Amino acid sequence: MNLLSVKHLSVRLEDKLIVEDLSFELAGGERLSVLGPNGAGKTVLLKALLNLLSYKGEVIWAPNVRIGYVPQKIDADTHLPLTFTDLFRAKCTTLKVSFSELDEIAHSVGLTKQILETPVGHLSGGQFQRGLIGFSLIGNPNVLLMDEPTASVDEPGEEHIYELINRLQTEHNLASIMVSHDLSFVFRYATKVLCLNRQKVCFGSPMEALSPEVLAKLYGEAVGVYHHDHHDHSGSQNPNQV
Amino acid sequence: MTASETYSVCLILLTALAAGLVGSFALMKRMSLAGDVVSHIALPGLGLAMLFGINPLVGAAAALFLGTILIWHLQKSATLTTDVAIGVIFTAALAIGTVLTPSDDLIEALFGGFQSLSAIWFVAGVVAVSVIVGFVLVSRHQLILSLFSPELAGATGVNVSRLNLYFLLVFSLTVLLGVRFLGALLVGALIIVPAAIGRQLTHTLTAFLVTSSIASVLSVALGLIISHFYPHFTVGHVTLNLALGPAIIAVATVLFLLSLLRKKI
Repeated sequence: MNLLSVKHLSVRLEDKLIVEDLSFELAGGERLSVLGPNGAGKTVLLKALLNLLSYKGEVIWAPNVRIGYVPQKIDADTHLPLTFTDLFRAKCTTLKVSFSELDEIAHSVGLTKQILETPVGHLSGGQFQRGLIGFSLIGNPNVLLMDEPTASVDEPGEEHIYELINRLQTEHNLASIMVSHDLSFVFRYATKVLCLNRQKVCFGSPMEALSPEVLAKLYGEAVGVYHHDHHDHSGSQNPNQV
Repeated sequence: MTASETYSVCLILLTALAAGLVGSFALMKRMSLAGDVVSHIALPGLGLAMLFGINPLVGAAAALFLGTILIWHLQKSATLTTDVAIGVIFTAALAIGTVLTPSDDLIEALFGGFQSLSAIWFVAGVVAVSVIVGFVLVSRHQLILSLFSPELAGATGVNVSRLNLYFLLVFSLTVLLGVRFLGALLVGALIIVPAAIGRQLTHTLTAFLVTSSIASVLSVALGLIISHFYPHFTVGHVTLNLALGPAIIAVATVLFLLSLLRKKI
């Protein structure tokens, strides 16, 4: 059964059509990557799926769905006296779930007690991102929506975050929709890809959907994909950050 | 001290507690200027009520309610930044309020003063303080999420727009309670200065809320004592008036300056 069914979704912001007539589906356990150039409507799509924006068309979530959301980088005010302990507890209280799972979540995303008690504005990019991922796991979600979860992390840290997300998805059998600019990640971890440039440009498994023609249409001619024969999954070489 | 004076002192101290709590969240929501705007919006209401001989608090409450709805809409509007909107409303309300307020009452409307209080108004005030404190304590988790990231709060199921409206209404109710003794010009400071002291001295949320509330109550208590026992004092050839409102804000400002010297707890 599908977790999500999107039919003829269109989103307009201040008279500008950002997403146009988009339809796709997400099945349980599936990992969907959303690719597209800047301004293609990727973040707007996630917000529409979360019902944070008004839209036309249908967004139908399965009745048993519980969504965890990892937003794009939040510019946390360094003066806020808030810690991830405060934020985790705030979410537990809002969702009316107990604090008992918090220790396990913090441990699973690699947040020490010291990091949990540090004001959010003083955390490194990687620590902050781990905090946001931990936050998304509260309430036992079965689908994660992630908007460039490594945007604020340096390159070595990026790999750790991707591995963490992959491990969590495997452990908890989480479906996901992830906006990413990283083609190598898409080829390694995604089971499906949605190419978006206001309209749907491609949809399907990464190997089939991401043809050189599609990527050229999406990003221009500068992007190429080179598959390694020796790798379990296909990967890309430079430039893989698009 | 008469019973009505005791009621008044008690309500002033309770208002200070509410202002400390509300101010802490206003400061975190970067609404420091909004405190001044909301209090200035009270002025035309006070003026009109005095002009027509009705209870000034009724006029202030009506003006504050309308102003709160206006600010809420402006916050949601993307066409005008909140700063610009605040700047326009702030000066317009002061100008219109000054024109409308009878000149004999203008000083009191602007700077407040100590007034005794009937038992009924005391009870009404205690109910209002209970609503404010209750809202902040019950909604603090949702407020935390929404000031950290409105979209994350929305995705967690918080109705951010409705929460903002409730917070603004509670904010205005705090202004209404304070405007009687601090006046339209100074009541905004009671909401912001103690919170600034709390923020300066603390780095955890609980410590921040507690310290802001203590700073607010302490400022008001010391301001009450000073203005009661030393309403006038002379420096050289100049006699200074230490009315209640200015005394409270002066004490709060001194505490803020002292807080700059202390390390965070």
